[in-house]
Amino acid sequence: MEKLDFTFRCSGERVESAAVSVLVGVVSSGNLEVFIEKGGDPSCCRVEVATSHGGFERAWRTLFADFLFQYDLSGYAIWINDAGAVPAVVKLRLHQAVEELMEKGR
Amino acid sequence: MEQWQHLREGKRRRLERARQIAPSKIVRHEQTVDLLQAVIEKGDRVCIEGDNQKQADFLAAALARCDAGAVSDLHMIMSSISLPEHIALFEKGIARTVDFCYSAREGARLASLVANRKISIGAIHTYPELYARYFMDLTPHVSLICADAADGAGNLYTGFNTEDTAVIAEATAFRNGVLIAQVNEIVDALPRTDIPGDWVDFVVKSPSPYSITPLFTRDPADLNEIKILMAMMVIKGIYAPYGVRYLNHGIGYNTAAIELLLPTYGEALGLKGSICTHWMLNPHPTLIPAIESGFVQAVYCPGSEVGMEEYIRARPDIFFTGHDGSMRSNRCLAHLAGHYALDLFIGSTLQIDTRGNSSTATVGRIAGFGGAPNLGCDARGRRHGSPAWLKAGQEQARYAKRSLPRGRKLVVQIVETFQERGTPTFVEELDAVKLMRDMGQEIPPVMVYGDDVTHIVTEEGIANLLLCRNEEERIQAVRGVAGYTPAGLRRSAAAVGNLIARGVITRPQDLGIRWSDASTDLLAARSVRELVEWSKGLYRPPRQFIRW
Repeated sequence: MEKLDFTFRCSGERVESAAVSVLVGVVSSGNLEVFIEKGGDPSCCRVEVATSHGGFERAWRTLFADFLFQYDLSGYAIWINDAGAVPAVVKLRLHQAVEELMEKGR
Repeated sequence: MEQWQHLREGKRRRLERARQIAPSKIVRHEQTVDLLQAVIEKGDRVCIEGDNQKQADFLAAALARCDAGAVSDLHMIMSSISLPEHIALFEKGIARTVDFCYSAREGARLASLVANRKISIGAIHTYPELYARYFMDLTPHVSLICADAADGAGNLYTGFNTEDTAVIAEATAFRNGVLIAQVNEIVDALPRTDIPGDWVDFVVKSPSPYSITPLFTRDPADLNEIKILMAMMVIKGIYAPYGVRYLNHGIGYNTAAIELLLPTYGEALGLKGSICTHWMLNPHPTLIPAIESGFVQAVYCPGSEVGMEEYIRARPDIFFTGHDGSMRSNRCLAHLAGHYALDLFIGSTLQIDTRGNSSTATVGRIAGFGGAPNLGCDARGRRHGSPAWLKAGQEQARYAKRSLPRGRKLVVQIVETFQERGTPTFVEELDAVKLMRDMGQEIPPVMVYGDDVTHIVTEEGIANLLLCRNEEERIQAVRGVAGYTPAGLRRSAAAVGNLIARGVITRPQDLGIRWSDASTDLLAARSVRELVEWSKGLYRPPRQFIRW
């Protein structure tokens, strides 16, 4: 189990939501759980990854940098519980989580 | 006079020897090895029928049982190397050289034969390319084919799976070759005649029916959200804007997902009748919902698919069928249609380099191509227009200097950036380049050349290579959809940002696709059982696909 911890300055579309948190995905082989929660430093987004597949720090960092360039999640924390998902699945779950957050904000 | 008769004399000589063993056209199966040893001469070009579907497996096994002292140095010409008996021919020294198309199942053993110098590979072809050589420099002296049934006169019925039989029979029969057929049964009257008996020299009723693989059956239960997301992107981002009506889908789950989204997502986008009306395609069970919902108007098949027989028989408006009601397939003619008459080919692959070249060959495994290179290339001899073909041609003409209007086939590669075991699909150099050196070949086994590809689709987005202004932009467009693979991470963020702004790269959000919509709920059928229901019970899946 590898643990990674990142902090990002965000840009892009501001994510507004009435919801305090959202959870998507499951921790099963090749999949992951994404939990997004309001709180923490309002000027940035903190990301914590726990993954069963170590050695991909650069890919994770680049993926979040891209994602948080597209969506402004300042003042949120993202928790990832990963069971070896490929980046495609990671991205899908992140997008699903943000879509759910934004829909709850309406 | 005689100097013009060598081939005819050769056939007379072979038949004379054969008649010592088998005086009539119908031969007992116990005599097959003796028959082959009598007919085949040292160094002959021998074709064993067998592609990715049906196999003349009894005759292949008989040839492999021949005495290497009696039959040797053969030059095998075969669509596929897919049976252990095919490999045994080379291990025993019966055959020395091979020209072929496809070797998926035996790819690793083939690579070891090459390493041990037990085999000399002429070339790895695409199907219609090898058929073409039957009529040029690789005409068989002896061909071993298979059919469903024969009558006493040797007329053959090939049923739903004519596939390669017609083209092999034609090349052999009309150049004084010897044509030997294995059949499942001998009957008094055939449902229809697919190969005339006067082309056929010998018929053997094999002890068991020829083997056939249900290669094109994809269980909808195995489709995941990523494949559904990519299928949505293809329908909305490629099929709709180009108005793709005439097409082929490669084998694989990505394209199965597209087929299963047509009646749901495609219908919701109002695309029925304007896309995906005419197909060159094996009868994929996953196409049943699109057929039943009226999307599909016609399907011409290179082969059949086990379990689809009764469904096809009940849909003669869709499929090409004989007066007896069973389907006529013909891989050679289907590939002619696939080369000249398609708007679009879409298929998956194992590796793509940064110039868009793709290959399924990986180190230690010689997979071959099948039909993909013929479908996945622009048809430069095409002279008829269609809206999709003309639009693609106009896009290409923006940056390629052309003085006359011309069209362009859409050639789409659809891949996930990583495969299941974490292997990156995008690479700086194809394994095919190393394989070329290992095999002593002059060219690498590239499946689709980068300059033939128009679009690359990944979970990241669609790269439209027609809109790239130069080679450097193309490379950035490929890297731009290569995600977090090493080749993707070497992209220039600025260049990719510019390609997104210009619409060269389109991401799901640029197409207005909600990621949350990429759910298995969107599939017209979520299991094989639901495919059976769509077919009103006419589709009868092979046992290995029945999970209920």
